Amino acid sequence: MNEEFLNTLGSIIGTATPLVIASLGETITERAGVVNLSLDGSLALAAVTGFAAAWTAQEAGVLDLPAQIAVGIAAAMLVGALIAVLVGFSSIKLRRDQVAVGFVLTLLAADLARFLGADYTRIPGPQITRFAIPVLEDIPVLGIVLFQQNVLVYFSFILMFAIWFWLFRSKGGLALRAIGERPEAAYARGAPVQRLRYWYTFLGGALVGLAGAAYSLNVKPGWSSPPAMQGDGWIALAIVIFGGWHPFRVVLGAYLFAALRAISGYIQTNGLFIFGQEISFPFVLLNTLPWLLMIVTLLIVSGGLTERLLQYMPRAVQRRLRAFLRSDPPRALGARFEAE
Amino acid sequence: MKNPRGLAIQIGFLILPIAISLAVAAALVIAVGRDPLEVVDALWKGAFKDSRKIGGVFNFWIPLTLVSIGLVVTFRAGLWNIGVEGQMMMGALFASWGAQYLLLPESLSPLLNVILIALAAVGGMFWAFVVGALKIRLGVNEIFGGVALNALVNVISIYLISGPWQPRIGGSAQGTEPFPTPALLPEFAPTFPVNLFMIALVIAAFVIVMIMLNATRWGLNLKAVGANMRSALLLGVATERASMSAFLVCGALAGIGGSYRVLFTFDNLRPLASGGIGFLGLLVVLLLSIRLLWVPLIAFAFAAILTGSTRLQIAPSLKLDSSLAGVLQGMLVLFVILFHGVQEVFFPQTLADSADTETIESPSNE
Repeated sequence: MNEEFLNTLGSIIGTATPLVIASLGETITERAGVVNLSLDGSLALAAVTGFAAAWTAQEAGVLDLPAQIAVGIAAAMLVGALIAVLVGFSSIKLRRDQVAVGFVLTLLAADLARFLGADYTRIPGPQITRFAIPVLEDIPVLGIVLFQQNVLVYFSFILMFAIWFWLFRSKGGLALRAIGERPEAAYARGAPVQRLRYWYTFLGGALVGLAGAAYSLNVKPGWSSPPAMQGDGWIALAIVIFGGWHPFRVVLGAYLFAALRAISGYIQTNGLFIFGQEISFPFVLLNTLPWLLMIVTLLIVSGGLTERLLQYMPRAVQRRLRAFLRSDPPRALGARFEAE
Repeated sequence: MKNPRGLAIQIGFLILPIAISLAVAAALVIAVGRDPLEVVDALWKGAFKDSRKIGGVFNFWIPLTLVSIGLVVTFRAGLWNIGVEGQMMMGALFASWGAQYLLLPESLSPLLNVILIALAAVGGMFWAFVVGALKIRLGVNEIFGGVALNALVNVISIYLISGPWQPRIGGSAQGTEPFPTPALLPEFAPTFPVNLFMIALVIAAFVIVMIMLNATRWGLNLKAVGANMRSALLLGVATERASMSAFLVCGALAGIGGSYRVLFTFDNLRPLASGGIGFLGLLVVLLLSIRLLWVPLIAFAFAAILTGSTRLQIAPSLKLDSSLAGVLQGMLVLFVILFHGVQEVFFPQTLADSADTETIESPSNE
């Protein structure tokens, strides 16, 4: 296979990584029954905090690059986790609507990011460097695509499998799924529903924060206003739905979005050629593609249209296709649980 | 209120969220090395220094109140119309199309104004219809449908501005040429640059929606749908039609709000002409727990903060990002929601006789 193509695939994997991490984080939060709608703002605030912290560490001149990055990531994760816990707290303790609080926090965090980021706009800062994994990087094809990346990318691979294993192969995961599906039943069997919800909201939020740092320290280095990742939080939330709250499918969705973006970006800079013939149209319209994809994927998994199309298929195919295409949310998603 | 202690708690819960928001905002200002009192001074002067500034407040108030009234309607039906921002923008696009292609003489300017505003309402309704159809017919959650449609209309407007509608000289992505004068809404006076017809329209919309929500069967149906989709259906309410009508009303009002931005505020079409006013409307309505009565007042306060914030950047001793306005507004709404929760959970007896409050409850998985 040609090297340029493999490099492109590699860069898609790289640029998709923040989306992957954020969507996986939201997946476990939602599996526990909590919707953290604040993603779009959280990503921005975590990104600017992470960048500012890493930059400050760099200016102090005591720490080396990996330590600067670590400081930035820790700060970003803390921000993401705090916002998520606020959503959880307002729902669990104060009985507020998760969607309302999450939405307000989206706007608030985005504005806070712009306000606090004003002094950090367009300045160079520390960046996460590439780290090829010895031996693995020499595997034909896969080496270039998967193993000549940075640490966050490798982490996202591990994270995907770890979440899958936890959800479907561990006792803790059974409890996690139970509190999102049937909290009353889980409670009756002795699961500390509220405590677990806090914990997974915190964990998911921390991952969202990490994704924010992945933007400002790697994929879109630095900070600018409007933020480079604006809109990605909403896309991550949609990916979780498209992915049916299953880590593998969620990750697939994130790569799909990144690939589509890479293609539209490529066409916008290089033009579009079909059979050597240059096709010209207003390329700016290509920017609609991710959002059209968002609508289409939600259309497919949300039922209405799929159900209607399935009616025309033979019975045997119907059931399998439905199981493949449909994605149903955890039953108690967004609902409050009160132990009596 | 039955006893003085209950009254004191009630007042406390009214003041506390405001006080805390102001305190946190002040702390932020101090953290970036500026003087909070100077910020207050700049905000005040930026909004109320003279009649021109107050006119500026009204120019935010008009579209903000329109979208907020519309959002009360959708929230009543239990719908999260985040697409309101895009509906404003689509209204602005429709009005911009008319302003450029429907050429009438100066003498018919009032007629043209009305036509353009009507066009904008149709544009907003069109975009709201898409969100509604996706939600009602095809099961796509209106929050995500709305977010996607907001982004789509923004791309479309950038395409129009940099393509078919670009200025003849110096075409760029900055904006279209200024629209012909007959299309623009006239200002009352140079010292008070506001369009009075639009203010009248806002008041009319407020009164009509107030009556429609509280004194008609339609309003009752919306409330039933918002409270519980399933039981409304069982009671024979045409839930799909009720939901769609809520979207359409909100879309029309948002579209009109969008037309004001391009036909008065800017005099041309710019990218992001809606300027976040739709999202701000969501905050206004959330702050009020969907009570329509106070919408004009809170919208005025938010519009004043927004207008005042433009001065934060200009004032030489401050040079602060105007996003401070959004931070203040966001915190205000957040703390009001949270403290409402604190009151409900820890002091339920103080809430017993305020039955007009509606809590916002998203129908999560119907």
